[in-house]
Amino acid sequence: MDFDRTAEYVQHHSEEEGVKQRKMIWRIFWVLLGITTVEVTLGLFYKDWNLAWGFVKWTFIILTIAKAYYIVAFYMHLKHEFKNFIYAVLVPYIVLAIYLIIMMLAEAIYINDADKLL
Amino acid sequence: MAGSAPTVDRKTLWGGGTSPFGVSYGKIMMWFFLISDAFTFSGLLISYGFMRHRFESSWPVAEDVFTHFPFLHGDHPLLYVALMTFILILSSVTMVLAVEAGHRMNRKGVILWMALTIVGGLIFVGSQCWEWMHFIHGTELGALQLADGTIAQWVDSAKNAFTLPGSDEIISGSDAAALIASGTEVYGANLSVNEYGVPLFADFFFFITGFHGTHVFSGVVINFIIFVNVLKGTYDKRGHYEMVEKVGLYWHFVDLVWVFVFTFFYLV
Repeated sequence: MDFDRTAEYVQHHSEEEGVKQRKMIWRIFWVLLGITTVEVTLGLFYKDWNLAWGFVKWTFIILTIAKAYYIVAFYMHLKHEFKNFIYAVLVPYIVLAIYLIIMMLAEAIYINDADKLL
Repeated sequence: MAGSAPTVDRKTLWGGGTSPFGVSYGKIMMWFFLISDAFTFSGLLISYGFMRHRFESSWPVAEDVFTHFPFLHGDHPLLYVALMTFILILSSVTMVLAVEAGHRMNRKGVILWMALTIVGGLIFVGSQCWEWMHFIHGTELGALQLADGTIAQWVDSAKNAFTLPGSDEIISGSDAAALIASGTEVYGANLSVNEYGVPLFADFFFFITGFHGTHVFSGVVINFIIFVNVLKGTYDKRGHYEMVEKVGLYWHFVDLVWVFVFTFFYLV
């Protein structure tokens, strides 16, 4: 993408641009509301529908990440920042978070199994 | 070539003199603060995950714990927390609308949407108080804490039979009577006792939702300060509403954290 790097940081926009922005904001709102509704419905009824817990759990996690994406990308406007800024914010966080999650959960499951054996 | 500095195309390359990120200093620092805060919350939620997998069999199911709804009797799992989530999402929408109004230098719009954001934040903090109150008071029936610390659930209000965590087998008769005699009845949850299961669950609940609640509360306070500045016309004089954008980032982050707390505490 081409950016004018001499541009003012402070953002102003016109009335027409404002109409477009507000449309986007409300569209994202309905997406977030929809995802939450699906999550709650699934949480309330998955036992009645005989869904496997593993499937339900991963659906929850994927939907949560989708929700996080919409909030960060559009409401926090990160998607429209410079690419180097996006990487500066996301890469350190994602790398360390994934590392921590894998390390800690693998260890917890191992300790739990070891308890059963003893 | 010596002596002739290459000309930099300032539209595509960074030529110095401006932020290489094209973002003002204050906003960059807000983002970096949010990354560090995200690490704190990740640390808390991941340690919750650790303990949960570690004590898988005796971990309470959140659906059985948070079943109350104001003015309604009976079991309504998830509904109350779903309502809280909805309120927080809505306050995120009003915040981003305030930022949008700021981009058009529309002071009235900023005032309206920021006021609604503050109200939404206060409702959320109030809901959190109500949830804590119920969790601390516990159920009418309570639970039985055996001499070894295990939490057993009563089968009915006669309180002469119970089930142990992780099994459906009902223990009654003389076996039960001896254990009941040596155990104690517990009600509700605090940092050392939890009628719903292991005390660690209560500890994590208080710590994580408490830490998040503190963030919401401080977010409301910061929003209020900026709101007063908007009323005074500070940002009209300054020529831009970037402060609203910065507090907006913080507010969205608080919403973002709740999305994860909601999933990992209440759903999974």
